[in-house]
Amino acid sequence: MQSSTVPLFPEQASSFALQVDLLYLFLTAVSAFFTILVSGIIIFFAIKYRRRSDAERPPMTVANLLLEITWIVVPLAISFVMFIWGAAIFFKMASPPKEAMDIYVTGKQWMWKIQHVNGHREINELHVPLGKPVRLTMTSEDVLHSFYIPAFRIKADVIPGSYSKMWFQATKPGKYHLFCAEYCGTKHSGMIGSVIVMEQSEYDAWLGNTKDSSLAEAGQKLFKTMGCVNCHSAQSDIKGPNLEGIYGKQVRLQDGNTLIADERYLRESLLVPNAKLTEGFPANMPAYQGLITEEQILQLISYMRTLTPVVTSNTPSKASTPVTQATPKPEATPAPKPPANSATTESKPSGSTPKSEPAK
Amino acid sequence: MSAHVIDSQVIVQTEHKEQENYLTAGYSLKSWFLTLDHKRIAILYLISVTAMFFVGGVFASLMRLELMTPQSDLFEPDNFNKLFTMHGIVMVFFFIIPAVPGVLGNFLLPLMIGAKDVAFPRLNLLSWYVYIVGAAFTMFTIVSGGVDTGWTFYTPYSTSSSQTHVVPVVLGLFITGFSSILTGLNFMVTIHRMRAPGLSWFRLPLMVWSIYATSIIQILGTPVIAVTLMMAGLEKVLRIGIFDPNLGGDPVLFQHLFWFYSHPAVYIMIVPGMGVINEVVTCFSRRSIFGYRAIAFANVGFVVFSFVVWGHHMIVAGQSVYSALIFSILSYLVGIFSAIKVFNWTATMYKGSISFDTPMLYVFGFQGLFLIGGLTGLFLAALGFDVHVHDTYFVVAHFHYVMVGGLVMAFLAGIHFWWPKMFGRKYPESIARFSMILIFAGFNLTFFPQFILGYLGMPRRYASYPDEFQVLNIMSTAGGSVLGLGFLLTAAYMIWSLFFGKEAGKNPWKATGLEWEKTTSPPPTENFFETPTVDEEPYNYANRDFTKDFNEEVKVGA
Repeated sequence: MQSSTVPLFPEQASSFALQVDLLYLFLTAVSAFFTILVSGIIIFFAIKYRRRSDAERPPMTVANLLLEITWIVVPLAISFVMFIWGAAIFFKMASPPKEAMDIYVTGKQWMWKIQHVNGHREINELHVPLGKPVRLTMTSEDVLHSFYIPAFRIKADVIPGSYSKMWFQATKPGKYHLFCAEYCGTKHSGMIGSVIVMEQSEYDAWLGNTKDSSLAEAGQKLFKTMGCVNCHSAQSDIKGPNLEGIYGKQVRLQDGNTLIADERYLRESLLVPNAKLTEGFPANMPAYQGLITEEQILQLISYMRTLTPVVTSNTPSKASTPVTQATPKPEATPAPKPPANSATTESKPSGSTPKSEPAK
Repeated sequence: MSAHVIDSQVIVQTEHKEQENYLTAGYSLKSWFLTLDHKRIAILYLISVTAMFFVGGVFASLMRLELMTPQSDLFEPDNFNKLFTMHGIVMVFFFIIPAVPGVLGNFLLPLMIGAKDVAFPRLNLLSWYVYIVGAAFTMFTIVSGGVDTGWTFYTPYSTSSSQTHVVPVVLGLFITGFSSILTGLNFMVTIHRMRAPGLSWFRLPLMVWSIYATSIIQILGTPVIAVTLMMAGLEKVLRIGIFDPNLGGDPVLFQHLFWFYSHPAVYIMIVPGMGVINEVVTCFSRRSIFGYRAIAFANVGFVVFSFVVWGHHMIVAGQSVYSALIFSILSYLVGIFSAIKVFNWTATMYKGSISFDTPMLYVFGFQGLFLIGGLTGLFLAALGFDVHVHDTYFVVAHFHYVMVGGLVMAFLAGIHFWWPKMFGRKYPESIARFSMILIFAGFNLTFFPQFILGYLGMPRRYASYPDEFQVLNIMSTAGGSVLGLGFLLTAAYMIWSLFFGKEAGKNPWKATGLEWEKTTSPPPTENFFETPTVDEEPYNYANRDFTKDFNEEVKVGA
């Protein structure tokens, strides 16, 4: 970055960087080999068989099946290596570790809004601790954007009306580019920022001095002020589904289908409640489309993720328990404590794999 | 009116002792604008696509000028966004897609198969008019303030956020699509129904196979983009929710539909160019093509596989891991067909008699650049790699290597090769070689640095960028000016040669093929004086005696 010479690689600052660079070198080596081979043959033929007299009559072309098969099979085999290698890295990129810490990103024309779990917010800057897996859950308020950190070798499109995820583990402290990679209008090239990787202790200090309430606390507040609590609690089970333990739970819908309540479903049910009604409940919830911001939705979802399932009916309202002390539960991602034991008791792997276990 | 035409015929024949050809068959505007002659329609296309190429080129030059400095200083970001959008739209829809089929396909297809014209000459003329109407909408958009969505029109930006002229341009492209469909239909029927006696499928020049494959893709794919753009237009005007999530739509659906056409469209662009390469490489090696059937069936492979790889444009757009895997492996399979062709063209040169006329130099250029373009396609099909370089300059460099390095090189090879046939005159050889070298060098200097820029992480469609990318951007702009100079020089000497070029004669390259051996340069309106018959394999150079004068033995009509 500082040197005046032209660099060939961006900085390697995540656990993916070296892997992608190695694949890049392999692809470049194979390509250079074939480019030099074919160009070399063309130049060699062009010189050796150059026309010396206009009367030359070259011999008939002889077909050669073996040659044809060779140059189909060999490139296929090499392509297959590229495919496997690329897919292997992609799988790692698509599988965030269970213990990854969550950070929420909202894109809008033309800025990145970041919310940390403890409520700390920043704009166009993302502070992350060194050596710790971080999972971003991202959405957009308006058009498509794409969250891109070249030094980490990762990007993901940020799509309005949907949540996209990506994860990384920073390996080198420093300040790196953050770009919007999907064209989004006038100031697309101004929708940039920095990712700042800090040592854990520095990060804790940086994160600690926030006056904001945590995401889940903010969500809890919203849950009360917006009146959600009136229908969605253990006591008022008639008006609306009890949301305790809703996150990651299998929900049976009125049309008989079931689905896992992930962020996407919870968001949809907030905005357009009647789209996928829970079995046994009337269509009486007002739609919140246009009445709530993407950031508030993320706060509410964070809150819902902390609601533990009711074990016995005489635990009145777990909703009031301090959020950070959330007991282990399926998909226990907000708390950084190792969720190993909880995963064994009621295993619900990442979001989409349905382990059928109907709610009631 | 007809008496006048006959008069002029008589004059031409008596005064110049030449028989009438399609160029001298009439001089009135009406004889051009209402012509049903496929060759004249080809000339109309040649003029229109060249004009569009220069319009697109001006946009590119302005864009490269802006990118010389990291700040956005020459243009407002809004104007820069319009520049790259209009560059993409003009180049893709009005130059690359119609260039080879519209110009060379129209001119050569009936000649190559020994027909008097295409199957539906009126439809052929209509195709050109439809193209012009579509182009007029686009030109209107440009003069009325432009459009800023990128040529991809991604929703919901295009339908809900952009304040520019999305609707007229979308309408223009909708209309232009019909030109593509009608041309494809016309060519398919022509190839099926109008081949000369003895011209079986495996005796066809491979250019005809290429045009056939292209036509299928045009007919199957273009309606999809037409309805997609129409839906986007409806959403923008009537607020019908299809793609915008705020209206209940799905923005990613647009990408699926868009790439379902636009990936096959890549083959609409490149396959006709590959067809040209077959004709030129055999002629200047004086060898029959190595692996005729392999190349012919590779075209079929393109048709089938080009329709099932669209998802590789959407690897980071949130599709499932498993669909990404399938699109990745299918993308590798489609790459094999390109590899087959490149290897076969190289093998064709083996033991040939190779000359270095300009068309052949363009084939060498094509081989080198298309190789790099194709191989970097393999980079992008590797999923874990694509995540990093998607939507960066790496992709920009890749598709310019394929589209400009591949198609434009092939187009120029073809234009130089058939120029004597089209106009009866030769272009100046040395200056043509010089400008080929300019274009080749300029191209590499423009686009090779962009691979590095992309890997470093510079996103595409950026009006301003961090300082450390400046050196590579300046290299790219410098290369762009060399490239532009090469194109201008080419246009200049080509126009010059129309008036001052040497008389070419019937077959200056001593090439095989009906268009060279069975008719004059330029050909008469009805193409042949008598219906040719075919009794040999294509590219039968081993059977020709090159000591003979190929320009004589012109069959003068009865």
